[in-house]
Amino acid sequence: MAAGMSRTPRLLTLWCPDWPVVALDLDPDVPAAVLAGEDVFACSRAARAEGVRRGLRRREAQRRCPDVRIVERDEAAEVRAFEPVVNALEAVCPTVEVSRPGLCALPTKGPARYFGGDEALVHVVAEATHDAYRIGIADGRFASAQAARRGIVVPQGKSAAFLAPLPVDLLDRPALADLFARLGLRTLGGVAALPSRQVASRFGAEGIAAHRLARGLDEHLVASRATAREIVAEEVLDPPVESVEQLAFVAKRLADTLAAELAAHVLGCARVLIEAETETGEKRSRLWRYDGAFTATAMAQRVRWQVAGWLEGPAAERPSSGVARLRLTPDEVHRGAGQQLRLFDDATGSVEADERAATVMARLQGLLGFDAVNLAVLSGGRGPAEWARLVPWGEPRPTPYDATPPWPGRLPAPHPTVVHDPVLPARVVDGTGTDVLLDEHGTISVAPQRLSIRGGRPVAITAWAGPWPVQERWWDPAAHVSLARFQIVTADGVARLVATGEGRWWVEGTYD
Amino acid sequence: MALAEALVRPGTFAAPDVLPVAPPLDALFPYGGPARGGVVSVGSLTVALALLAATSAAGGWCAAAGLPDLGLAAAADAGIDLQRFVVVPAPGEQWAVTVATLLDGVGLVLARPPARLKASDARRLAARLRERRGVLLLAGDTAGAWPDNTDLRIRVEASEWTGLSDGYGRLLRRRTRLVASGRGAAARERRVSAWLPA
Repeated sequence: MAAGMSRTPRLLTLWCPDWPVVALDLDPDVPAAVLAGEDVFACSRAARAEGVRRGLRRREAQRRCPDVRIVERDEAAEVRAFEPVVNALEAVCPTVEVSRPGLCALPTKGPARYFGGDEALVHVVAEATHDAYRIGIADGRFASAQAARRGIVVPQGKSAAFLAPLPVDLLDRPALADLFARLGLRTLGGVAALPSRQVASRFGAEGIAAHRLARGLDEHLVASRATAREIVAEEVLDPPVESVEQLAFVAKRLADTLAAELAAHVLGCARVLIEAETETGEKRSRLWRYDGAFTATAMAQRVRWQVAGWLEGPAAERPSSGVARLRLTPDEVHRGAGQQLRLFDDATGSVEADERAATVMARLQGLLGFDAVNLAVLSGGRGPAEWARLVPWGEPRPTPYDATPPWPGRLPAPHPTVVHDPVLPARVVDGTGTDVLLDEHGTISVAPQRLSIRGGRPVAITAWAGPWPVQERWWDPAAHVSLARFQIVTADGVARLVATGEGRWWVEGTYD
Repeated sequence: MALAEALVRPGTFAAPDVLPVAPPLDALFPYGGPARGGVVSVGSLTVALALLAATSAAGGWCAAAGLPDLGLAAAADAGIDLQRFVVVPAPGEQWAVTVATLLDGVGLVLARPPARLKASDARRLAARLRERRGVLLLAGDTAGAWPDNTDLRIRVEASEWTGLSDGYGRLLRRRTRLVASGRGAAARERRVSAWLPA
């Protein structure tokens, strides 16, 4: 493992900002936003200048920028438009790995020597891609991606020094960044300087991954490639298939098989080789990278992207017949299927215990279903139902925009040990039996004196505090939520988290 | 037994065959912690989470089964490492199989038993517990749910919250008096005053 750690690959990253918008080939000065569902998924620079941001609702984007051009996301178009770029890169170096349309990387080792150094390689790549992208080189994937954002070449062995002054937010782990900030660690250099052993015990697996990134290493220790190559999912299609839809269906089946196989070996896969071949031997193979570990769904999506880019891509590149053979090979695997299990690059904890737990979770998923076995992830939000969510074991960690602190109005610890779902309807009255009402200023009409839950016997309130008002989505009258929370202790000694809104009361949590 | 080794830190408790528990809750157990292979019913989720947290802090895995409304933020507050905390919210009809499977790889399992647990299922689970040297915590006051009673039963005898008054402050923690009673060495009732959450 120690040998694996020291070999951090030197990579060239090519990145196109706002690819989903760029792929549409619009006038760059037109403010445009690409929607996924009802949320802004990407926007043009002109739209960003008007305050449009990723994650906004359609209506809010239109409010901030009334003449914004709204376009539905078209993944097929994104893939098609990126296809010529990857083809051009593959002429420079055959092992291009694609993370998603708009972002890819290649190892510089061979090509840099061939073309006469890093700067020369950047020049060659820029020319091959018509100077339309940002290009950077550094040791390690994370540093290389950061170098691409800035369009620079970081000298060999200097990734840690390059990353040191950059802010911790770049780790894309908001909860951890928050924690680091509270400890006074604002730069990646500060995080990198922490002793590994303490990172493992204080911040867990997330911390270990962040610590590795901050030091310019890759997120995972890569397990043996030989193990990975023994696990292959392949299907011969007879007759050959020309429809992308049908191929996507086959891809899902293959990906499911592969995911099950990887889970059985307690391995996560960060890079997969997808090969599609026609009867006459025309072939399109590509490496796909995934941040974390591929799920079956994510893997099937990459297959779909690849075959769509081939079958529906530039006419000159299209195969003469349908796909006759599809093969998925995990090219880079690490210990711990899916979830980031602990990495143990220090002698903390027991790999064996983790593997046994992982095996048990995989068995339970077989018994109860994939969604039945979970790990919890803390998330943002003011209400108890939003404080944490369950992620099926094997799914990657939620993306950063899922948890965006801070949340004013959120109650501090202790949190209720029981979070009622559904909430329990309740009544809160004063001494004379009159309902306690909350006005629009967040003031209550009378002091609460009795609580009854689900039509039960009213119990005397011995202590209470509140209101903690919540105003969510104030800009959107349809989704506007106006409610307030109270903590209430009753004569039986039980404390509860109680909420009211629009004349009704309900119990959200119990401090059992 | 790598898991067992991971959980036992020599010198921190009286007997070698118990899970670690931090004071003052350790005084509830005759040997300073839940005996491996046993079943403990716990009348307060805050207490149960504190017991899980002690195992988690020692590097072990723990799990919760059949508790769809468990407050996960509270679990994190208690100090449980969520990366090593398996949550099976609704095992349904498969409750006994789920708990038995969990015990194969997880040292400490908190579970709320179904209203009618079959005696045969309970016997099989008890055998699995002894074989795997795990500990099962039953959530709630489930004295009747487990045949022949559990090895130990922890109840909240008295509880007083602090931090709140009429419209001011916020919940801080509560002063509790906990009682533990059970079989064998635990036959004598043990009382502990504890601030919860710790």
